[in-house]
Amino acid sequence: MNFLQNFAIGQYVPRDSFVHRLDPRSKLLFLLFFTLLVFWANNWFSYGLLLCFLFMVTAASRIPGVYLLRGLKPVWFMLVITVILHLLITKGGAVYVQWGWFSIEQAGVQQAIYMAFRLGALVTMGALLTLTTTPMDLTDGLERLLAPLKRFNVPVHELALMLSIAMRFIPTLLEETDKIIKAQKARGVDFETGPLIQRAKHMIPIVIPLFVGAFRRAEELALAMEARGYRGGEGRTRLRQLHLSWRDTLLAGIAILLGVLMGWWRE
Amino acid sequence: MVKSVKGKPIITLQDITFSYEIEPGWNETVLQGMNMEIEQGSFVAILGHNGSGKSTLAKLMNGLLLPHDGVVTVNGNDTSEQERLYEIRRTVGMVFQNPDNQIVGTSVEEDVAFGLENLGVEPTEMRNRIDEALRAVHMEAYAKQEPHRLSGGQKQRIAIAGVIAMRPSVIVLDEATAMLDPQGRREVCSLIKRLNRDEGITVVTITHFPEEALDADRVIVMQRGSVYLDGPPREIFSRTEELQSIGLDVPHAVRLRHHLVRDGVELPPILHQEELVEELCKLLLKT
Repeated sequence: MNFLQNFAIGQYVPRDSFVHRLDPRSKLLFLLFFTLLVFWANNWFSYGLLLCFLFMVTAASRIPGVYLLRGLKPVWFMLVITVILHLLITKGGAVYVQWGWFSIEQAGVQQAIYMAFRLGALVTMGALLTLTTTPMDLTDGLERLLAPLKRFNVPVHELALMLSIAMRFIPTLLEETDKIIKAQKARGVDFETGPLIQRAKHMIPIVIPLFVGAFRRAEELALAMEARGYRGGEGRTRLRQLHLSWRDTLLAGIAILLGVLMGWWRE
Repeated sequence: MVKSVKGKPIITLQDITFSYEIEPGWNETVLQGMNMEIEQGSFVAILGHNGSGKSTLAKLMNGLLLPHDGVVTVNGNDTSEQERLYEIRRTVGMVFQNPDNQIVGTSVEEDVAFGLENLGVEPTEMRNRIDEALRAVHMEAYAKQEPHRLSGGQKQRIAIAGVIAMRPSVIVLDEATAMLDPQGRREVCSLIKRLNRDEGITVVTITHFPEEALDADRVIVMQRGSVYLDGPPREIFSRTEELQSIGLDVPHAVRLRHHLVRDGVELPPILHQEELVEELCKLLLKT
């Protein structure tokens, strides 16, 4: 197993593009706005506009289409089910196919296409966000966007720190898992053959040492953090500073334009 | 960096008693009535085998643990005063044994930044200090690297960089070389020696490798929670039998000389391998 060789946290694809250089905060806010637009759209014009825009963003991000298709993989099943359900259930307009009680009608086809587009557009846009933003930038962006919630006692800083420590320790724990698997194999545990339940049982000697190790690490890390003067988010400064640039202003302009066009073209 | 006045005690421990509660009502005493002073600018090695209380001693030095009896002061600040704790932790930096479990940041520079962020240092000033610290440990080429791609020795150097970026007067290394390969150990040892000599940082290194104590100004041997021997390395290692009787080893050259002397070869006390070679050559020429 040499998954550590090419291991990267998240699915960030490094490129130097307009989208990559946007501030993570504006990307997150824009994703939210885009979601609203996708649900606001209700005719061919408005959907067409969003589709064109999606292509433009993809082009601007310089992310190969393959990555976006890979992003759709986990939801394709849901996509197919949605399409089939709408084809069968939604009635109205011209009848295309009639076979006993079973029929496919115009409204059904239209609704199926709309729904598939909505789902696909949202997932693609989400994938574009994670493909063009490093996990650390995303965490930072989220922390700052959610900062006002601190007033309501939401532990925003702690959550962000947890996330970044988790990301820091993923490779370490993977390495440890690898070591444990090898150690157990050397003691004769067979992970590859046998019935499913048997194999599941063989996971126990991997999971338990991993957990024990993780707790030990957590304790030592807490001590090390304390030794370096950690005392919560209060009065803390950050090395990474997020900067809004002309790109983010441009994005805001695009968002407004998109909103106006949508309001105009939708029915 | 802090240029120090040599000789003034920076850490003092007075009548320290410390015990861990193993079970309710059953305490294991780790340190008992211990007194120690660490002088500013010195390089102190603390030797002792497992369970001698040396690791507890390290954690007492920056208030990670508080003594049950007695007083620990750092630069005159009592570690039991909660409001002085951050001042104390900034003065006494600590490097731990496991390199993986003390790196917080997802990249090298972010990890070095961690302590500075806690202190509330301004981002531009932080940048300068990080670069300076990474240069000091010769890791400037790795600033953007992810920590899990580094070797053990490199990780420990990053941990040291994280500490020196906070500009401490003292660095305590709690068996910082125990999990490293010989190469990594050499890297870390030469680094701390340089920091002590060139930057005037007080170094307290806790170890069970006698070789690492050779370069220190002072060696303290711990045994069952108290100071067993205390003095310059030349003096300490000349007492080979005493050290061996409490289960500690001595550097290879010292051991060899000890055996030779016992077998009737006349040799003066030595510390380093080169000295031994020289003395043996002299002897050879005489006969």
